[in-house]
Amino acid sequence: MGVSKAVALFLAATWLGGVGSARAEDLEVLHYWTSGGESKAVNVLKGEIEKKAFTWKDSAIAGGGGQNAMTVLKSRAVAGDPPAVVQMRGPAVQDWAENGALVDLDKVAGGWSKVLPPAIFNVLKYKNKIYAAPHWIHRVNWMYINKAILDKAGGKVPTTREELYQVADKMKAAGFIPIAHGETAYQDGVFFEGIVQSMGIDFYRKAILEGDQQALTSPTMVKVFDTVRESQKYFDDGVQGRPWNLAAAMVIEGKAGILFMGDWANGEFKNAGKVPGKDYVCVPVPGTEKMFTFIADTFVFFKQHDQPASPGQLALASLIMTPEYQEKAAFYKGAIPAITTASVVEFDDCAKKSAADMKASISSDTLITSQNQGTSEARLGAIRDVVSKFMNSKQDSKSAAEALAKAVKAAM
Amino acid sequence: MTALQTIASVRQRKSQSSVSAWFERSVPALVLSPSVCVSVIFVYGFVLVTGYLSFTPSTLMPRYALVGLDRYRDLFSNDVWWESVNNLAWFTVPFIIGSAAFGLLLAILMDQRIRYEGALRATFLYPLALSQIVAGTAWQWLFNPTYGLERAVQNFGWSSFRFNWLGNPDLAIFCVVIAAIWQCTGFVASLFLAGLRSVDDEIVKAAQIDGASLPTIYRRIILPVIRPVFFSVTLILAHLAIKTFDIIVVMTAGGPGTATWLPSYFMYTFAFERGRMGIGAASAMMMLAMIVAVLVPLMYLESRATRNAT
Repeated sequence: MGVSKAVALFLAATWLGGVGSARAEDLEVLHYWTSGGESKAVNVLKGEIEKKAFTWKDSAIAGGGGQNAMTVLKSRAVAGDPPAVVQMRGPAVQDWAENGALVDLDKVAGGWSKVLPPAIFNVLKYKNKIYAAPHWIHRVNWMYINKAILDKAGGKVPTTREELYQVADKMKAAGFIPIAHGETAYQDGVFFEGIVQSMGIDFYRKAILEGDQQALTSPTMVKVFDTVRESQKYFDDGVQGRPWNLAAAMVIEGKAGILFMGDWANGEFKNAGKVPGKDYVCVPVPGTEKMFTFIADTFVFFKQHDQPASPGQLALASLIMTPEYQEKAAFYKGAIPAITTASVVEFDDCAKKSAADMKASISSDTLITSQNQGTSEARLGAIRDVVSKFMNSKQDSKSAAEALAKAVKAAM
Repeated sequence: MTALQTIASVRQRKSQSSVSAWFERSVPALVLSPSVCVSVIFVYGFVLVTGYLSFTPSTLMPRYALVGLDRYRDLFSNDVWWESVNNLAWFTVPFIIGSAAFGLLLAILMDQRIRYEGALRATFLYPLALSQIVAGTAWQWLFNPTYGLERAVQNFGWSSFRFNWLGNPDLAIFCVVIAAIWQCTGFVASLFLAGLRSVDDEIVKAAQIDGASLPTIYRRIILPVIRPVFFSVTLILAHLAIKTFDIIVVMTAGGPGTATWLPSYFMYTFAFERGRMGIGAASAMMMLAMIVAVLVPLMYLESRATRNAT
């Protein structure tokens, strides 16, 4: 009697245990948010999803700006064992959706078009289905100026290239490095992008986002390269291979005047205890004041055993789109919330300006994808090769524009 | 014992001996077969797969439709590819000449029956034990103008000293060459030393009695005798040069601009970072063609040289 009771209990316990583990779905999350602010943001999400009794299996793969994580993803997808959740940005979302590897989120994404700006909503879609959930928005076309150095150079924030050169000349005369830069393909790309955008949003869209041959070989593009050459005079000698955060540090420490970098650089200023408006100024790149060029960090959800979206995947997607999560995560990441219903009262002045500019750009239709977001890896790489080569040689602008057109065509 | 039994036992012995003979014959094949299988699949099999992929429109993931020579056309119209090939020439020639020259010099010096030869040999060989990542990082620091050699010399008081090869698109490739030579010289020296030691002492002594000076002995007698070693060294260095990858990644990441891209770096970037698997596969096939084009004539020459030497 005692024995059979014990057996029954044991069976019941294992049965219950089995049911329990079937309910607690494991969500393996492949991401490359490993630095301080980034992992704080991710941990918010992890805490929230675990409250809903799902298990977060963390697969963080650092390095290479996400390249390492994407390499792992490819090999696992080929082997038929992709992680359930993957951090992704840019046209890769559409590429994977086209390959049929992703689950759509239509079950929970019904109201998303109301809270997301149309330009951002578009990057989540493939053939009218929604495949990605955006965590936050980064603005790329920022210029940071050290306030003390600016004051010594006249104190007027430049709004055109000509004014920028005047300010830079004064900074140089006062013994400062005018522009903090690092010659890496990545920073060269950001620098170049800002100058292309200052030639007008239509030119930027045609040349970079659409790869239009006429625009790429036009006199405007030659002028872009001329401007790059002109601006290079304001770099220092140790520019080669310097990472962007060290370039930012030069402006923070008062060695250099101006930095061109996306709003993730704002985090460096914040961490150094600098206050916007008092220690430094954040303004859009001259000539791009009306534009808001964005990168949206998203999660996509890979098909598991050919099934549609699992409850865990859908729960995570809905959680990402709550204002509470977006506010916290964007704050830690140094970005702004993707959804317009989230509040930014807690944020610093640069982020507040960013959020206000985004709202304005929605109504003027100048919210547009940054290179990183709007071009394929192949084209982005081809553009960077040409730009980086131009900046590191004595090539003339005309042949650089021709090389750019050729490289972009080859990467279509 | 009946006649029948005798015949049976003879037969048995015969069959036993044929089994053991068969066994003896096939043991080498049996022992070797796993490694042969492994290399057939993982080397030649994958070479074939790569070759196949180079004829497909594969991008992010492999696709198996055939599109003919399109990927090779893409590759040959790509400026960065030609620059990579050009850089490879600027890397390989100084690398082979430099490593061989320094290696030979070290070997000849160590051949002079010096004290602590073993310790010295180990010291010179040690860089090879470091991974290219470590060696490349160390040299990257040395060449860096803000905290490397330039800074050190300036701190000694020569404040106008400039040494920024790494930032100069025309000279950056030679920084990589120097690091690669540093790493391979000890290995090349030990190859040469083994060759030098194999030269018959009698010949050298005969030459000394005839009044030949030491440089003449080396130039006219010893070096011609060890000619096969030169071929082996060139063979090893040539294929190392074409495969060079890690040291580029850590020292320059291909920069400044595209000044230090090599075909291996091109292949990795296009196949794995930019999702152009077809072009990556085509460039890998071209690298294979380069290796074959260099190695086959060299191996032929080497086999002839060895035959003549013996």
